[in-house]
Amino acid sequence: MIDMKNDHRSRNHPGWWAFLVHRLSGLALALFLPLHFWALGQALQGEAALGGFLRWAERPPVKLAEWVLVLLLAAHLGGGVRLLALEFLPWRDWHRTLLACAAGVAIAAGLAFALAL
Amino acid sequence: MSAARRETLLWFAQRASAAVLALCVVVHLATMVYAVRGGLSAAEILGRTRGSGGWMAFYALFVLAVSVHAPIGLRAIAIEWLGWRGASRDWAVLAIAVALAVAGLRAAWAVFA
Amino acid sequence: MTRADDGRFPHNRPSCIPRPPMSTLEVHVWRGGTTGELRRYEVPRQEHQTVLDVVTFIQRRLDPGLAYRFACRVGMCGSCAMTVNGVARWTCRTHVSKVAQKGRLEIAPLRNLPLIRDLVCDMREFFDKWARARGQFAPTRTRRDEFATVLPSTATRREADAAIECIGCAVCYSSCDVVTWNPDYLGPAALNRAWTLVNDVRDGARGERLRSVAGDAGCHACHTHMSCTERCPKKLAPTASIAGLKRATAAAALKGEL
Repeated sequence: MIDMKNDHRSRNHPGWWAFLVHRLSGLALALFLPLHFWALGQALQGEAALGGFLRWAERPPVKLAEWVLVLLLAAHLGGGVRLLALEFLPWRDWHRTLLACAAGVAIAAGLAFALAL
Repeated sequence: MSAARRETLLWFAQRASAAVLALCVVVHLATMVYAVRGGLSAAEILGRTRGSGGWMAFYALFVLAVSVHAPIGLRAIAIEWLGWRGASRDWAVLAIAVALAVAGLRAAWAVFA
Repeated sequence: MTRADDGRFPHNRPSCIPRPPMSTLEVHVWRGGTTGELRRYEVPRQEHQTVLDVVTFIQRRLDPGLAYRFACRVGMCGSCAMTVNGVARWTCRTHVSKVAQKGRLEIAPLRNLPLIRDLVCDMREFFDKWARARGQFAPTRTRRDEFATVLPSTATRREADAAIECIGCAVCYSSCDVVTWNPDYLGPAALNRAWTLVNDVRDGARGERLRSVAGDAGCHACHTHMSCTERCPKKLAPTASIAGLKRATAAAALKGEL
């Protein structure tokens, strides 16, 4: 039976990759938020409770996850600003340039965070 | 409310909250890069946020914007990738929005008080 | 001027006169309905050969039962649109040399449309959505009125002109994943046409049209994948038109007009 859907061959262009990164990063961040709010909410039990969580978060796999989250946030920010430009500013043939800028922002933020660790 | 009005206002709310979040996220990323130097500690975080009306206002605005923005994005995923049609989807999305707002404002209060 | 082998044509012989084939193409063509198969054919490779030439060769010389559409064969009508190696294209304007990877071609019908047979899709849904998006001009003058004067240099006319050349070939519709994921989605072509009419100062159905494009599965379902803009053979940008509709509907909603 024919698979009547488009596959990777028709999707392999910059705009589609930008969409996928934006959607998957948004989904990951949305799933992370409840954990983030719970962790900070630990401070309601006092500084020691929050401190205990932060010490647990010092472990390398958690630090790596933190860095990935920073990258995802920066990627979602860059992609989002690109979309705001595409939807609200007068149309120009600049969607690829905007995408390059968005990617640049994400990489810069990721580097900054990694260097600060 | 007609479907046309609802879909249009949801789109607008998502873009308006996106603009607010763009500013909040830049501040948040910069703060994280700054704060993480030399390791994160509860004392350092709380030293910055405890009793600070400014930070409380910032995080409250951040939380409210995210509580509008994220659920509308999840709604699109629910329609397109989960095939979730009908009113139950929109009620679920609203519930997520309320839950995020409550949990987020609680967290903002936790580091303020 | 040198003479060719047969003494009748100049050295720049028309490509419709076959030369001895330089090689053969391995062509896989979808045969059947939704239940069917990709059938393999061997087609002589020619210089300056288009994918439509290949399909025509198969139907005329190898398999007369093959069903496909074409009309002008010179890139004006859009009838020959098919999926070539996974990408929606006008086959009459697609040179084999550009798309045949390692001498292999896969030719299938357009996506997102019900299949009639082989390479022929049912286009009714595509045009029904055009109508649902209120893609028809609503006149406000009669033959007794003066002609409307619309300067091409005005901002609204420039917006409309940038999108007006659509000939309804459905390449954008076939390429759009939102249509696949949300079958009610009006699609890039219908919305693009609606945008040209929103910008037509003579049109009298603006309010109704904005309501039509803003509903469930309307312009707000577009997530700027930009596959439509990437694939449009007329180099139009439906993404731009849809962004315009988003702005126009938002302005109307905020003013209480939607």
